[in-house]
Amino acid sequence: MVAEVAPIAVGAGAHAEALRGDALRERLALLGLSAPAFVLVAVTMVAPVAWLFWLSFLADNGSFSLEHYRRMIEQPSYYRIFLTTFHVSLLTTGICIVLGYPLAYVLSQLPQRVANLCLIAELLPFWTSLLVRTYAWLALLQRKGLINNWGIELGLWDEPLALVHTLTGTLIGMVHIMLPFLVLPVLGAMRAIDRDYLKAAANLGASPVRAFWMVFFPLSMPGLLAGSLIVFILCLGFYVTPAVLGGGKVIMVSNQIANDIELFFNWGAASSLGVVLLVLTLLFLYAASRFAGVDQVVGGGHGK
Amino acid sequence: MTRRAAVPITIRELGKSYGDVRALDNVSLDVKSGEFLTLLGPSGSGKTTLLMVLAGFIRPDHGSLKFGDTEVIRLAPHKRDLGMVFQNYALFPHMDVAANIAFPLKLRGIGAADIARRVTSALEMVKLGGYGTRRVEQLSGGQRQRVALARAIVFEPSIVLMDEPLSALDKQLRELMQIELRQLHVKLGTTTIYVTHDQREALTMSDRIAVIAGGRVQQLDTPRAIYEHPVNRFVAEFIGESSFVKVTREGDAVRCGGQLLRVGAATAPSGPALLMVRPERLRIVDGNRRGAEADGEENLLEARVTEVIYQGDTFLVQAVLGDGSRISARGIAGAGSMARLPSAGDPVQFCLRVEDTVLVADDGG
Amino acid sequence: MSWLDAPASETQVTHRGRLWLYALAGMVMLFLVVPTVIVVPMSFSASQYLEFPPREWSLRWYANYFNSSSWMQATATSFKAALLTTLVATPLGTMAAYGLFTSRFRAMRLMSMVLMTPIIVPVVLIAIAVFYVYAKVGLVNSLTGIVLAHSMLAIPLVIMVVTAALKSYDMNQEMVARSLGASRPRAFFLVTLPQIRFAVITGALLSFLTSFDEVIMALFVSGGANSTLTRTMFNALRDQIDPTIAAISTIMVLVTSVLLALAQVFGRPHKN
Repeated sequence: MVAEVAPIAVGAGAHAEALRGDALRERLALLGLSAPAFVLVAVTMVAPVAWLFWLSFLADNGSFSLEHYRRMIEQPSYYRIFLTTFHVSLLTTGICIVLGYPLAYVLSQLPQRVANLCLIAELLPFWTSLLVRTYAWLALLQRKGLINNWGIELGLWDEPLALVHTLTGTLIGMVHIMLPFLVLPVLGAMRAIDRDYLKAAANLGASPVRAFWMVFFPLSMPGLLAGSLIVFILCLGFYVTPAVLGGGKVIMVSNQIANDIELFFNWGAASSLGVVLLVLTLLFLYAASRFAGVDQVVGGGHGK
Repeated sequence: MTRRAAVPITIRELGKSYGDVRALDNVSLDVKSGEFLTLLGPSGSGKTTLLMVLAGFIRPDHGSLKFGDTEVIRLAPHKRDLGMVFQNYALFPHMDVAANIAFPLKLRGIGAADIARRVTSALEMVKLGGYGTRRVEQLSGGQRQRVALARAIVFEPSIVLMDEPLSALDKQLRELMQIELRQLHVKLGTTTIYVTHDQREALTMSDRIAVIAGGRVQQLDTPRAIYEHPVNRFVAEFIGESSFVKVTREGDAVRCGGQLLRVGAATAPSGPALLMVRPERLRIVDGNRRGAEADGEENLLEARVTEVIYQGDTFLVQAVLGDGSRISARGIAGAGSMARLPSAGDPVQFCLRVEDTVLVADDGG
Repeated sequence: MSWLDAPASETQVTHRGRLWLYALAGMVMLFLVVPTVIVVPMSFSASQYLEFPPREWSLRWYANYFNSSSWMQATATSFKAALLTTLVATPLGTMAAYGLFTSRFRAMRLMSMVLMTPIIVPVVLIAIAVFYVYAKVGLVNSLTGIVLAHSMLAIPLVIMVVTAALKSYDMNQEMVARSLGASRPRAFFLVTLPQIRFAVITGALLSFLTSFDEVIMALFVSGGANSTLTRTMFNALRDQIDPTIAAISTIMVLVTSVLLALAQVFGRPHKN
C-alpha cells in the first residue's frame, strides 16, 4: 500500500524562494574564494595587456590608426625579425626532437629506479635558474671560454671559434633550456604505451626496427607533438637566452619589443609587435589543444 | 551510550530537478520515531538524492523537512546533528582510529576526559575495543566500516543516515554486519534511514521499506507487506523473484490459462492486472491428489514442465500454462522431494493458496 | 659481458645492439647536466678568466660578492620579493583552486581561464604592459610593484598544483566532516588541508622560485634601490663577464636545491 500521508498545508512551492536564495549565497561564497586571485590577475595582467592592445591601435597623435601595423609589414627589418624568430624556434624545436626523443626513449626503457634517478638528474637543469644556465653557456662558449680553450689545447682548431653572439651559440643555449620541456611529455606518453603491443608486434613477425617504427613511434606521437608545440611556443616568446647569447646579433621578437621600449620608447611599435606575438602564440596554442589536452600544454610550459 | 529521545522525520513535497531530469518528484513521507526505514531502489532512482537532501548536502528546489517539530530544510549540514555513514567509509587517514571517533566530540567542545570515555564506549559498542591507537590503513574493510559507524554515533545524534554502507564488503561479512547493524539500532533506538539497492538487505534489516523509482515513492510498507502485496509490477519485480501471467477478470475471480482462480488479496487493483506468482509459494501437487477438486483454500493450475534445474539448496521447476504463459516453482531440495520431481515434458499440477494469489497493476513495469 | 647480449625489450633487441642509443642518451644527459653544475667549480677559480679545472682555488669571487653593497642589496631585494610573493600567491592560489574545484557555477570556467592567462601570454608582453601601467601609477622600482607582478605569475602555478592534488583527494571526507558538525571552513582546515599540504608546499616553493629566478619582469619593473638580483646579474652579463656571477650562480643553485630538499622533507604526503 502506498502510505497515506496526512497533507500539511504546505504548497508545492514551499520554501522555494528561500532555498533559491540560499543556493545563490553559497555560489557567491565560493566565488568569493577565487575573487582575490582573480582581482590580482585581472588588475596586474589583463587590464595592462588590454591597454597595450588598445595602445597598438593609437597613432602618435592619439587617434585610431593602423600605422604601427602598416609599418611592421612595410619595414624589412621587422620581416627579418619574424624570420629570425621562426627560424630559431623551428631549429630549436627540431634539435630538441632529435636529441630529446632518444633520451626519452632510453629513460622509458630503464627500470623504474634507475629511470627516476636519471629523471632527477634531467630535471636539475629544469629547476636551476634560467639566468644561471645562460651564464654557464656564456662562460663555456665565449672566446676565452672553456670550449675554446679545450679545443685549442686539444688541437681541434687554431683560432678561437666565435660561438657567442651568434646564431649557433643562441641555439645551443635555447636547446639546453628547452630540452626538458620536450622530454617530459614524450616520456609520459612513452611510459603509457602498453608493452603488450610490442610483444604482439614481435609475435606477428616484426623485426625490432619495424616494431619500433610501426607500433611504438606512432603511439608516442601525441606526446611528441605536445612537447614540440610547447617548445615551439616557448621559443617564440623567449627573451633571456637570445639576449645574452645572441648579444644583439640574434634579435627575436621579444628582444625587439624590449629594445623598442628601452632604447626608443616607441610604445606603438612595441605594442603592435606584442599583439602579433600574442596572436601567434594563441594560434599555435589552439593548434596544440587539438592534438593534446590543453592541460598538458599549459601545464608543461611556463613563460620565461 | 544512553538512549536519546529519537525524533520522527516529516518530509513534504520535496522536489529536485537537474535540467530536464526530475531526481525527486514531490516526495512526501513520514518516518516514525526510532524506526529503521530503508530507501530501496535501483541506481538513479533518487534514493541517494533523497538521503543527501536529508543530510543537507543537496538543496532541493522546494519542499519541507522537519526533524521532530523543527523545520530544517534550510539548515546547514553541520548544524543538523545527524550521524552519517558513507559507502566508502571516508575515514580521515591523517588521524588514528581514536582521533577519527573523537572528531565530532572535539567540534562540540567536549572535554578531553569525557571524549576519552565516550570514544572507548563507542569502540566497545562496535566490537573494536582497544583499537583506538591503530592507524586507518592498518584496518580491514569491515573494521573501517565499524570505525565509521562508531564515529557517526559517538555524539548521540537523534538521526542516523547510511548510504549503502555495506556494499563494499564481501557477502559473508555483509550478512554479518547486517545483523550487527540491526542489533545496534535496537540498542540505540535512533531513527535510522538506510539506503540500499539490495532487496535482501532491505528485507533483513528494516522496520519499513520505501521502494523508490523515478524520484517517487512507489510503496512504503513493512517488508512482509511489500513482499506479499506489491502495489505494482516494478515493486513486484524489484523485490524477490516472480513470474507474471496475463489474466482476464470474471467477477471476483480471474481466468488464467483457461482456468478459473479465486483471488485472495485484500485490495485487488482495478484496471488491467497481472497475476504475480512467487516461485516458492507454488507447490507441486503430488500424485495422490492429482485431478482432485480444488478445495476452498487453494487454487489449482495445470501446466506442462519445460525444465527442471537443480540449484544446490533448492530446485526450480519451469513450466508453461495452457495459454503459453511461463511460470516457475521453487522448492527445497531434499532426498524426498528430489525423488518425486517431474521431468521435462510431463504434465504437472501446481497449487497456490488463495492468499498467495495476488494481482498487481499492469502498468507496463 | 653477458649483460650486453641480454634482450633489452619485448622485441628482443639486445643491449649490444642498442649501445649507440645508450651512448647518445648519455651524451644528451651530460649536455644537460654539465653546464648546470659547471658554475660551481668555476666560482672557486682564482683566475680572472673562467677556467675549468681551476688552476688555483680561491674564494675571492665570493668575497667580492659579499663585500659589494650593490650585490648584497640586490640579493636582499630578491629574497624579500620572493618571500612576499610566496606569502601572497600561495594562499590566494590555494583558495582560488578550492573555490574553482568545488563550485558548479558555469561562470567559474571563465574565471579559471583568466587565472591561467599569465602562463600563456609571453612574459615580455606582460612586462612592458605592466611597466606602462606602473609608470602611470608610480609603482616602478618599488617592492610592492615587483611583488604584485611576481604573484600574478605565480598564482596560476599554485592553482595547477593544488587543483591536481584536489582531483586525487577524496572530497567525501569533507562531506563527512561537515555531517559530523564541522562548518565548511573548519572542515577544510581540519581535514582537507592536512591532506593536500604537499601540493600547497610545492605551490609555495614554485612561487618562491618563480619570483627569485624571474628576469624579464624584474628588468622592467624593478630598478634603482629595488633592483633584484636577477636584474643586476643580467645587466652585468651584458657588460662584462665577471666571475663574481659564477659565485652568485653557485649560491642560487644552492638555494634552489635546499628549498627542493626542504619541500621533499616537509611536504611528503602521508602513505595511505
